[in-house]
Amino acid sequence: MAKQPAAIVGIGQTHHRAKREDVSMAGLCREAIDRALADANVSLDDIDAIVVGKAPDLFEGVMMPELFLAESLGAAGKPLLRVHTAGSVGGSTAIVAASLVQAGVHKRVLTVAYEKQSESNAMWALSVPVPFNMPVHAGAGGYFAPHVRSYIRRSGAPTHVGAIVAAKDRQNALRNPYAHLRNPDTTVESVLASQVLWDPIRYDETCPSSDGACAMVIVDEDTAAASPNPAWIHGTVMRSEATTAAERDQVNPQAGRDAAAYLWKQAGITNPLEEIDAAEIYVPFSWFEPMWLENLGFTAEGEGWRLTESGGTAMDGTLPVNCSGGVLSSNPIGASGMLRFGEAALQVRGAAGEHQVDGARRALGHAYGGGSQFFAMWVVGADKPSN
Amino acid sequence: MSRTLSAPVTVAFDYTRSTGPVLGRFLTGLREKRVVGVRTSEGRVVVPPPEFDPVTHQQVDDFVEVADTGTVTSWTWVPEPVKGQPLDRPFAFALVTLDGADVPMVHALDVTSPDQVRTGMRVRIRWAEERVGAITDIACFEPTEDAAPGTAIKLGDLGDNPVTGVITPVELDYLYAASPEESSFYRAIAEGRIIGQRCPTCGKVYVPPRSACPADGTPTTDEVELSHTGTVTTFCIVNVPFLGQRITPPYVSAYVLLDGADIAFLHLILDIPAEEVRMGMRVQAVWKPREEWGTTIENISHFSPTGEPDADYDTYKQHL
Repeated sequence: MAKQPAAIVGIGQTHHRAKREDVSMAGLCREAIDRALADANVSLDDIDAIVVGKAPDLFEGVMMPELFLAESLGAAGKPLLRVHTAGSVGGSTAIVAASLVQAGVHKRVLTVAYEKQSESNAMWALSVPVPFNMPVHAGAGGYFAPHVRSYIRRSGAPTHVGAIVAAKDRQNALRNPYAHLRNPDTTVESVLASQVLWDPIRYDETCPSSDGACAMVIVDEDTAAASPNPAWIHGTVMRSEATTAAERDQVNPQAGRDAAAYLWKQAGITNPLEEIDAAEIYVPFSWFEPMWLENLGFTAEGEGWRLTESGGTAMDGTLPVNCSGGVLSSNPIGASGMLRFGEAALQVRGAAGEHQVDGARRALGHAYGGGSQFFAMWVVGADKPSN
Repeated sequence: MSRTLSAPVTVAFDYTRSTGPVLGRFLTGLREKRVVGVRTSEGRVVVPPPEFDPVTHQQVDDFVEVADTGTVTSWTWVPEPVKGQPLDRPFAFALVTLDGADVPMVHALDVTSPDQVRTGMRVRIRWAEERVGAITDIACFEPTEDAAPGTAIKLGDLGDNPVTGVITPVELDYLYAASPEESSFYRAIAEGRIIGQRCPTCGKVYVPPRSACPADGTPTTDEVELSHTGTVTTFCIVNVPFLGQRITPPYVSAYVLLDGADIAFLHLILDIPAEEVRMGMRVQAVWKPREEWGTTIENISHFSPTGEPDADYDTYKQHL
């Protein structure tokens, strides 16, 4: 049996900040949920099932937070699932929620993802020394910086490309009222002048540590008929690969390439650069924009930086990337993937406000996690899919 | 000798919780020796208060204060308390419905034997001497004879210094066990040798050895002794200090591909200024004095330049 059509009819997010000390974890989730429900014009009573996602439990020190959150999320008497795929979890959580509708199991599914980074220290949580091993790990930046260096070497990209991405995303964030970082003075020059944290990654090329949440209401075709602007799901995909394997490509991972190829096929897209109007790509360190442009097939291998450098990924470019300001401007880790998925949906609903891309009809939401080993993506469109 | 090596690990952090307004009121009340609950839309008084109403799902706002006396509705005996529990001697965990509340809360009951507990017995909160706005402000419950039943009253002013956060220390103590293959690797390291294993299917040499090849799942059995020299494939310079860091920055964290291996591993590069480290640089293991050796990769203090010409990019590009 073919998949049932499914659409996003409600999207909500919190005001992302370094510390949201005014709310508990439940309160943070509800801030996003209540906005999504209001946007969808439904109440929690109308929801059939709830799918929650967040990143590693060590980030807040709460084992299985879905247990204590259940009542606050309105899950009493309903199915409640928790999804966990490291940094990509916001994306995979949305895909699991969508699949419940596409499979015809439920008609109205609420999905929410969150992180309250201020309750802990992610750098510490990602660097706990393992016995017998060399204690050289230094958080996510320490993990990804060598691979960024590899990308620069392999592609021959000029070293200021990372700064172009950072300056662009921080300027885009000024158009997004929910964004965490709001630095109107960020320029390519100021990024290049910032401290090098994990050479070759500079401070301003790094995502912030944020508290925040994102929620969406995903519904079936009949329910979507009541929405003035549903975002239809044209394709979803998840792929994984081994973290360490001999000759594993860490710059252009196989799982990401395979996922993208399958995604474009589902969505009937043959030339993503031309056919996608806006992309929200998971870029926690600026260089991952050109890296993922290649991995996703928007450009040939080694050419992603040229699209970035030419301004092609700016708001007015061929492929506007991260008009919301992206992960570089707001990073509540567990929610960051769902924010990419939700922002893509906002674009095709024409509801992205000041960071709306004019006439966006099809958009990509993308997330990755772990050591570039989990990938989650979807394509959403303004039109109901024909396939 | 045990087949595998193991070592204790402690993961500990003082988490800083934001309470939000509802739990914040409850904890502020405890600090003032007052017990705050909430009346739900169904009229039930619940202590501690839920943040959101179970029926309307709205944030609760009808706060009440209940008595510090109540009735045991169920209990269990704790003959051997463990670290972090409310009392350091045998005690009961009891469900206590406070006077004025409709549902019970759980806490410790301080009695010396299970003979002294019964469902229906009357108890009273024993407040902690020093109260900070935490559940531990209730030291425990204790039996009482003279408590008259109380009722819930509208919550009055709690003052202008509300509790907004609590610190929650979390500590995990566990035993980390290396796999048999890793254990062989670390035992060889303790003899000054570096060994890997070759996958019989794809022929790739893994160091440290895995139990199975990550690419094709085949158990790896063929042991290979590896050279102590290799090539830096890629690296980063860590300039950022962070909690729990064991090496003082700046330091070079590099992927070193040993000659004869098919996968690089992370180690430290020294004896050269960080800014002069290069992809393709040839390096050799520098071992600590033998008397400092154990079953750890840290027997190799670091890798140091050999002075050979850099490896050709084509020889390691497939390892990036």
